[in-house]
Amino acid sequence: MTVRASLAVVAAVLGLGAAVVAPPAQAERLIASVSNHRVTVTPNYSGEELVLFGSVEKDKFTPANRTSYDLVVTVSGPRADMVTRRKERKFGIWINTDYRQFLQVPSYLALFANRPFDAIAPPEVERRQQLGLNNVLLTQRVGPDYADVVPNDAFRSAFVRLRSEHGLYREDTSAVTFLTPTLFRTGIPLPAAVPIGTYHVEIKLFFDGALVTRTETAFEIVKVGFEQFVANTARVNGFGYGLVTAFMALMTGWMASIVFRKD
Amino acid sequence: MQLYLPIADIPVNVFLILAMGAAVGFVSGMFGIGGGFLMTPLLIFVGIAPAVAVASVASHIAASSFSGALTYWRRRAIDPALAVVLLTGGTVGTALGVWTFTVLRSLGQLDLMIALSYVVLLTTVGGLMFWEGLRAILRIRRGVAVSIRRSGAHGWIHGLPLKMRFKRSKIYLSVIPVVVVGIVIGFIGAVMGIGGGFILIPIMIYLLRVPTSTVIGTSMVLTLVTMLFATMLHALTNHLVDAVLALILMVGGVTGAQFGARAGQKIRGEHLRLLLGLLILAVGIRFAIELVIRPDDLFTIRETGGGG
Repeated sequence: MTVRASLAVVAAVLGLGAAVVAPPAQAERLIASVSNHRVTVTPNYSGEELVLFGSVEKDKFTPANRTSYDLVVTVSGPRADMVTRRKERKFGIWINTDYRQFLQVPSYLALFANRPFDAIAPPEVERRQQLGLNNVLLTQRVGPDYADVVPNDAFRSAFVRLRSEHGLYREDTSAVTFLTPTLFRTGIPLPAAVPIGTYHVEIKLFFDGALVTRTETAFEIVKVGFEQFVANTARVNGFGYGLVTAFMALMTGWMASIVFRKD
Repeated sequence: MQLYLPIADIPVNVFLILAMGAAVGFVSGMFGIGGGFLMTPLLIFVGIAPAVAVASVASHIAASSFSGALTYWRRRAIDPALAVVLLTGGTVGTALGVWTFTVLRSLGQLDLMIALSYVVLLTTVGGLMFWEGLRAILRIRRGVAVSIRRSGAHGWIHGLPLKMRFKRSKIYLSVIPVVVVGIVIGFIGAVMGIGGGFILIPIMIYLLRVPTSTVIGTSMVLTLVTMLFATMLHALTNHLVDAVLALILMVGGVTGAQFGARAGQKIRGEHLRLLLGLLILAVGIRFAIELVIRPDDLFTIRETGGGG
C-alpha cells in the first residue's frame, strides 16, 4: 500500500517535471493522415481527390477557453525551376520579350483553410506562416538578384494565375471542415496533369491568430504502366528510344504498303 | 477513349488523333505529299506543345513516306543516284535544323519561329501554287495548248561545275544545286516538322528539271531519310518525340493516304494544284492571324527542369 502510494507520488512528480519542461504550446497535438499515401497515375487517369483527415488532441494543459480552432493545410508538390515569359507587340506581331525565372517553386501548390486567411491571422502572421497564394514564397531571379517580389508583381501574378488555370495552384478558404470542434477533414484535388513526385502536406493549427502547433505528412504520386516506361526511356536512353521509334515508323509504312498493295 | 501521351504529357482522345491522322493522310495521299505541314499545326491547335508536335510528326512522315517509297521503288520510279546526292545535303541540313531547334527552344523563341516560318513558307508556296493552278485552268478554258518547256541549257544552274549523270532521270546536272536543295529541305523539315515534299517537288521539277516520272519517288526517299534522321536527333537531343502519339498518327495516316490516293486520281491535275494551293495558303493565313491578333494570355510558363 505504502509502496504503491510512493510510486504514485514519484509518477506524479515525474509527470509534473515533464509538463514543466515542455513549452505550453505543446498543449495540443495534431494527428492527420491522407486517404492514400501512394497515388498511381494510370493511362486513363483523369484526376482524383485525396482526403486528408485528422483531429486535434487536447490534453490537460490545454487552456479551457480553446474551443474552436482554425486550420490551414498547405500541399506542395515537387519543386522545379520555371520561366514565365511575357509577349509584347513588336513589328506588328506578338513575340516573347521579357521573362522571369522562378527558382525551385512547387509544381503543385494548394492552400486550404476553414475560413479566410485574413480572418484566421493578422497580416504579419499571414506573411510569416505563408498563408495564401499571395504570401507563399516564390523565389525569382531578376538579373543577379534572388528575391520574392510583391504579390501584385505582373510576372508573379501571371505565374500564379496560369498555374491556377491548370488546377495546379489553388486556394480554398472553405475546403477544411470541422466535423466536431476537434475533428477535421479536407479534400486535396489532383488534376489530370498532376506532376509526379513527393508531395508534402503541412497542417497548421491556429487559435486566436497565433500558431498553436503544426504537423506534416506526405504522399507520393507515381506514374505506372506503359507511358511511364516510355517517358523514362525517352529521357534516359534517347538513342534507343529514337531507334525504336524510327523502326516503328518503318514497320508501319511497310505494313501499309503490303496491306494496301494494288499491283 | 482517353489516352495519356507520355511525352506531350496531356491526355487526348485517341479517336480524335486517329481521325486527324486519317484526314491528313487522305489529303497527303490525294496530293502525293507528306502532309506534315497540316499535321503539325493541327496538333498544335489541339493543345500539344509545338516542340513535341514537330518532333513527333517527323516519325509520322517517315512512316507514310516509307510506304510511298516502297510503292515507287516497285515501279522503278526512284532515281537512286539523285536520291543519294540529295541525301548528303539532307542529312547536313537536318542536323543543322535540329541544332537550331534546340537553340531557339532555350531562348524561348521556338514557338514564334515555327509560326513565322509557317506563315512565310506556306503563304508563299500556297500562293504560287494557287496562282499557277488558276492560270492553268484559265488557259485550258481558253483552249490554249499547254506546253511544258523542258529544253536544256537553262540559266546559271546548268552552268555549274561538278556535273554528274543521273541515269534513271536521264539528266546531266551539277551536284552543287542538288546538295543545296537537300540542305534547305532537311533544315526546314527539322525545324518546322514537315517533310518538305510540297516545296521539294516544285523545286525539282522547275529548277533542277527532273522528269516527273522519278520526281515524287525520289523526293519521298529524301523525306524518308531526313525524317528518320530528324526523329533520331530530336529523340537524342530534346527528348520530345512522343512515340505513342506518333503511332496513332501513323496508323491513321497510312490508312487515310490510301483512300486519298484513289480520290486524287479522279481529279484533274490543275484542279488538284489549285486545291492544294488553297489549303496551304489557308494554313499559312491561320498562323499569320494567330501572330497578329493579341493573344488571350500574354504570359506563358515553361518548366526548365531542376526538379528537387
